[in-house]
Amino acid sequence: MPQLSDSWQTGEIPGPKKASLIVKPDIADALILRARRPIMIVGHGILEYEVEGCKLIDCLIELAKKGKIPVIVTASTSKEFLARNFAPAAILPAVDIANRLTDPSWKGLDGKDSYDLAIFVGLPYSMEWTILSGLKHFAPGVKTMTLDCVYQPNASWSFPNSTIKEWAASLRAIVENLGD
Amino acid sequence: MSRKGVSFRAKEINSDVAQIRDLSISIGAIHEERWDERMGPTPFPSLSTLRSWDHLLLNRYKPFYLPFCDLCCLCTYGKCDLTGTKRGACGITMPAQQSRMVLIAACIGAATHTSHARHLLTHVIEEFGRDCLINVGGTSVEVEAPISRLVCGVKPETLGDLEPVLDYCENQITQLLAVTHTGQEGSNLDFESKVFHAGMVDHVGMEVADIAQISALGFPKADPVSSMADLGLGTVDTTKPVILVIGHNVPPATSIIDYLRTNGILSEVEVTGICCTALDVTRYSDRAKIVGPISWQLRYIRSGVPDVVVIDEQCVRTDTILEAAKIKAPLIATNDKNCLGLPDRTNDPIDEIVSDFVSGIVPGALILDSHKVGEIAVRVALGIAPKRKKQGNLPAKEQIIAFAKKCTQCMLCRRACPNDLPVPQAIKPAAGGNLAPLNELYDDCIGCGRCESACTQKIPVHSLIVGAAEKQTREETFCLRTGRGPIQDVEIRKVGGPLVLGEIPGVVAFVGCANFPKGSREVAEMCMEFANRRYIVCTSGCAAMSAGMYKDEDGKTAYEKYSGAFEAGGIVNVGSCVSNAHISGAAIKIASIFAKRPLRGNYEEIADYVYNRVGAVGVAWGAMSQKAASIAAGFWRLGIPVVVGPHGTKYRRMLLGRADKDEDWMVYDARSGEKVYGGPVPEHLFFAAETKEEAMVMIAKLTMRPNDTSKGRANKLANYIDLHKRHIGGIPPDVHQLVRVVADIPLTMKTEILEHLHAHDWKESPIPDPTLLSRMVHTRRDER
Repeated sequence: MPQLSDSWQTGEIPGPKKASLIVKPDIADALILRARRPIMIVGHGILEYEVEGCKLIDCLIELAKKGKIPVIVTASTSKEFLARNFAPAAILPAVDIANRLTDPSWKGLDGKDSYDLAIFVGLPYSMEWTILSGLKHFAPGVKTMTLDCVYQPNASWSFPNSTIKEWAASLRAIVENLGD
Repeated sequence: MSRKGVSFRAKEINSDVAQIRDLSISIGAIHEERWDERMGPTPFPSLSTLRSWDHLLLNRYKPFYLPFCDLCCLCTYGKCDLTGTKRGACGITMPAQQSRMVLIAACIGAATHTSHARHLLTHVIEEFGRDCLINVGGTSVEVEAPISRLVCGVKPETLGDLEPVLDYCENQITQLLAVTHTGQEGSNLDFESKVFHAGMVDHVGMEVADIAQISALGFPKADPVSSMADLGLGTVDTTKPVILVIGHNVPPATSIIDYLRTNGILSEVEVTGICCTALDVTRYSDRAKIVGPISWQLRYIRSGVPDVVVIDEQCVRTDTILEAAKIKAPLIATNDKNCLGLPDRTNDPIDEIVSDFVSGIVPGALILDSHKVGEIAVRVALGIAPKRKKQGNLPAKEQIIAFAKKCTQCMLCRRACPNDLPVPQAIKPAAGGNLAPLNELYDDCIGCGRCESACTQKIPVHSLIVGAAEKQTREETFCLRTGRGPIQDVEIRKVGGPLVLGEIPGVVAFVGCANFPKGSREVAEMCMEFANRRYIVCTSGCAAMSAGMYKDEDGKTAYEKYSGAFEAGGIVNVGSCVSNAHISGAAIKIASIFAKRPLRGNYEEIADYVYNRVGAVGVAWGAMSQKAASIAAGFWRLGIPVVVGPHGTKYRRMLLGRADKDEDWMVYDARSGEKVYGGPVPEHLFFAAETKEEAMVMIAKLTMRPNDTSKGRANKLANYIDLHKRHIGGIPPDVHQLVRVVADIPLTMKTEILEHLHAHDWKESPIPDPTLLSRMVHTRRDER
């Protein structure tokens, strides 16, 4: 296995500014609780994961509900959310939502205010890598956090490389820590 | 038309008034006008001629940069950290640096096509003469070179007429490359404008290349029923000597065919190809076979089937010499752009070279004479095939198991894989004899071989995958309609109205390389989906092969199932990479032939027409190369959106519209001159989709244009909404932005769409006669 903060894809070497590690779930909780206007962007990759009979999409739905985080779904991810009676705040392609996040005058999906924390999960690794790079450079007002099981160096905060089991446990812990 | 290099010399002239000795007069070109169309405003545009047009587009589709590297390392001031708002030692910013890198990529692409065109043109002029007439479709194609006519304002009639067109391209590419030097351009938008310029020049270069080879080499001439060619590893007759050609520049391959024909042995040797040389050699002889796209190089060579490997230029693996040596197949390099460190044997006697190859004394040689290559490749194949006995180096089942047992599950192969394929998870069961998971990776593997470079145990991972799929490779028996070249003028006349009015919902062109996120099959599925929906589907390059590498439930490939005509529901293979010019050319011809817009040197007006009225979309689902970048840029300048796969974000920036900003979508209504809202169409100019499903929905959306009639918009909306419902779920959330008047609503969806419109406080907006150019506003008679 790679080191905790190695890029998952070996060649995707980051620049001088690298993501801080979310070494324990409390950090993610603190970032979510501290955020004024968080948003979560969920790609189709999340649909692949299941641990001990539990789909990780269910965990994300719980996280969104408890953290009161609007969810933007990309690609075909929407259907699975709707099948679970959870209506995403929007369906937008990943590059489209990322582009809007770089616009400081964008007032969000509801037209009220800009977002200050963007949580990414489930996009193809290299696509997420480049999108996070775009945000790192051009969205200074937005912190980014990834909840994937691999390290994303261009985020502000990223999970370390971990096994699916460890990752699922961390996601569950984040949800539990948020309380009711 | 211009004639190059006219010179006159006289040793001595005596007359009543003077005596002249050693007179020498050279004239760069003689201009002989044979085209009565009035010259437009922008013939042979310079770097800045079309800048204002570019900025109109770039103002709407502002670049969203996705830095692939945070540093600049192009000069010795560096490396410079450009993170965020930092500037480099030369003062450059991150946006400018990213657009500079995009320009470098586009220059590489344009230079590659243009130098390919120059090589081809020089070759065919040597063979057939400068006065050889251009013929790309007889009387069916009177607008033989729409891009050259549009950009350069010239109407080429002979091969020689194409030379000054290429001179222009070479000149522009040199200037564009100079722009990327330290301390030149500093504005990202001006870099982007130059990217568009490189793309436009690229399409000119591609057009020249394909016109030259169609005219001189007898390729299909705008033929909608061009012959079918075999496609796939399983089509190769392995009992015969086999020659493999790889690359893009076809003369060595046609020389091989010529030698076989001349000696009456065409049926005794298999000529197989990978990449665009394969496509073009099947345009020359339908006995040639296509093995597959660029990603088939390693798997085919390692199969041991080829007895001789002949490479030319572009997209050839640089380790081909090593791979060929492993199967004891000699390699012949034929192009001075790709010498691979091999000894130059061009001037050696043929018998000597053949003997050295057949006896195995030399593994490869550089031979820069295509005629010689033709003879040598055939004679070596015939001589060496009985000795080689198709010796490959793909592992048998027992060897796969043995290799799999060495795996330490370190994950480095997976971490090296561009598609993050679960290789270690597939190798683990292989160690116990279950090869099925490895076999399952075959379709998604792009054949890059990075997994092998990463392996600390020296496991030939790619070979394990291909070896596990051995049965599947033998069943790769598909077919492809050979590249037809241009679209006929009469086809343009037939579809121009239905396209502009929207009865045909759009033209979707699947082009480019094979860096697919999930295998070739997705391209074939998308082609069939849009053909079934009565779009006009075009294919070219590796995507054209991928489109044919899948059979439906009736066992038919896309090319067997659908017509090859440029019509609703057709799947039109135009040919190789350089044939992409016929796709942009078709869009230009719609403006010129159908709408009768002046073509000559009139870029802005034609691009404005295409952008606002012709619902064309390019799709480069596996775009990998710099050439793909320049091809896309050529489409962008014409206002044609391009969709790429998820790897496409590595091109460093998207060109995205903001549908939520009404002020971005204002157009002139040419009837009144007023600025009115034209709607967010086409929404994006360069867009990376995450999945095939997202791509299909976006493609349908991007065919919409502000000029759509209500009938046309309803047709486009019906397809968009249906695809969205099927693949994303529900009515698209932006339908209210795309319905302008009630008549736009598809009849079968009226109730649900009206509900959506009411929920979004929708109001009707008039359909303009749209243009981005104030000069295109109709002038009232009394103002003229």
